[in-house]
Amino acid sequence: MSANAGPQGSPAPLEPPVPTQKPIKTTGLHIGEAEPGCAKVDPILVVDNVRRTFGGLTAVDVAHVEVPRGAITALIGPNGAGKTTLFNLLTGFDKPDDGKWTFDGRSLAGVPAYRVARMGQIRTFQLTKALGLLTVMDNMLLGAKGQTGENMFRALMPFLWRNQEEENRAKALDLLTRFKLDTKKDDYAASLSGGQRKLLEMARALMSDPTLVMLDEPMAGVNPALTQSLLDHILNLKSQGMTVLFVEHDMHMVRHIADWVIVMAEGKVVAEGDPHEVMKNPAVIDAYLGQHHDEDIGEDLGAETENVSAIKELLDDER
Amino acid sequence: MDWGAIFSNAAVELISPTTAAYALAALGLAVHFGYTGLLNFGQAGFMALGAYGYAISILTFGFPVWGAFLVGVGASVVFALILGIPTLRLRADYLAIVTIAAAEIVRLLFTTNTFASVTGSANGLSGYKNEFAALNPLAEGSYGFGPFENNAYDTWLRIVAWSIVILAALLVWQVMRSPWGRVIKGIREDEDAVRALGKNVYAYKMQSLIFGGVLGTIAGMIFALPRAVVPSNYQTTLTFFIYAILLLGGAATVLGPIIGSMIFWVLLSFFSGFVARAVEAGWLPFMTAIQGGQLRFILVGVAIMLIVIFRPQGIFGNKKELAFVR
Repeated sequence: MSANAGPQGSPAPLEPPVPTQKPIKTTGLHIGEAEPGCAKVDPILVVDNVRRTFGGLTAVDVAHVEVPRGAITALIGPNGAGKTTLFNLLTGFDKPDDGKWTFDGRSLAGVPAYRVARMGQIRTFQLTKALGLLTVMDNMLLGAKGQTGENMFRALMPFLWRNQEEENRAKALDLLTRFKLDTKKDDYAASLSGGQRKLLEMARALMSDPTLVMLDEPMAGVNPALTQSLLDHILNLKSQGMTVLFVEHDMHMVRHIADWVIVMAEGKVVAEGDPHEVMKNPAVIDAYLGQHHDEDIGEDLGAETENVSAIKELLDDER
Repeated sequence: MDWGAIFSNAAVELISPTTAAYALAALGLAVHFGYTGLLNFGQAGFMALGAYGYAISILTFGFPVWGAFLVGVGASVVFALILGIPTLRLRADYLAIVTIAAAEIVRLLFTTNTFASVTGSANGLSGYKNEFAALNPLAEGSYGFGPFENNAYDTWLRIVAWSIVILAALLVWQVMRSPWGRVIKGIREDEDAVRALGKNVYAYKMQSLIFGGVLGTIAGMIFALPRAVVPSNYQTTLTFFIYAILLLGGAATVLGPIIGSMIFWVLLSFFSGFVARAVEAGWLPFMTAIQGGQLRFILVGVAIMLIVIFRPQGIFGNKKELAFVR
């Protein structure tokens, strides 16, 4: 796969980050045509008629969408498409006007966020939420599930939870080593760089052995040296049997690691498919460029908007 | 000028029951504000419930000391639930508004003439000390040395008060180094992140509110034992004095509130003695004795300002934490 084959004449962008190992794409995820709302062979998350309005604005209006199990699914779309809102709805951080959705066959409508997380659907945030004045190790330990010592009365009796604490600590140290944060374990999380915080947040999410990891813009604000290791970590999640759903603006990353792409625009799912196929879908180009875009994409436009450059990245990769 | 008397009066405050009461109330506030990030501005209300719960149970219902104690604690648990159920789901500032209002409501309910037969209205209550004094195992006589010499009842009261403070400090220290405390501190930093990790943030905040409130309530009982229960003692200024003590000692520390309370009361007593005698001696010719009585709060305020400016993390706070304050 060519990393970057920009057309002659246009300024060559920086070498996009590529995962160090060649990703093994999962295929054969869907049943029938790859169209919006198409059925999956083994869906882990099924969304039906979820709608969320803010006053007169319909932020999310998803008729039907399924997220395949054991694969990396990217949720893309232009700014304001409702990707993050959908994330918040699915994880219980926001309540939809109506609609229902199931995770692993269990209905999640009306389930509070902390219970959603306990079921194994863990999310991260677009703006990282590292707990600044806790040490990196404490941040990690907070992620562990079912801790005896988190009950106020049992907390008074350390012999009840000391062993479990040691186990969690060993597990946390192992994860921190994998994420190259082990030397920072006794520092305040506030002292980490933005990229390290993203890593910490992902590592913390893994403390609970989730089945579905939802990453909201994992690459936003991360320096290119760290994106590579983040990409590797996301691919590792899949090889460890987890399902990943992520929101991302970086199209190169989507192309490299996603097995399936769901495209949202104006709150609706407008296209779905294999990352290579979905970019050719006219609905996707419409979503990014507007309905009445120039046929000759990009070159003739005086000022390149973010969306235009995004779609150009897609088409570049395709050549 | 009698410096000996000034210093010995100041030293008395070091272990006085009032200092213990303020220390315990500040410890409760450390649980709320320092560890959980709950802006409770109604600690005076919790203290009032403790004092009145204890006094009314003994005077009106003739309860034994432990029964009166449980009534006070029960009242504050109910109070915490009433405050917490509507506000803990909302942003932090709402709790601040509701607690300051609720503490005033409590005080005004105790002040109103409608319940004068039970609460004593603005005159308050007294005469509830015999039951506590009857538990005193110490023989008549005086104990201690120098400024710390007291009669049997006062010594007994000091022993009980400071034992409770030490016990509460150990309790707070233990829960805050447990996984429970880790969740609580996580909530202070970012409750959405903690929620996303599968913790029932609402329940934890409620537990913290009740825990700190009960400490405040017990502080209210200790506060009431050396004096009468008067509603005007439980104004919002009481809450702010406790906040001053907390910031002085260090908000997220166990020893901070205790040492902070000692410093606060010793300073207050020192300045009060010094100003009164300075006015007497004609050092402050522009001031009457009554004005002098107010000056001590100004001087304590200045002393606290200096500490907050030059040691903003408080006496026991961790300097490193301030490097990252947003």
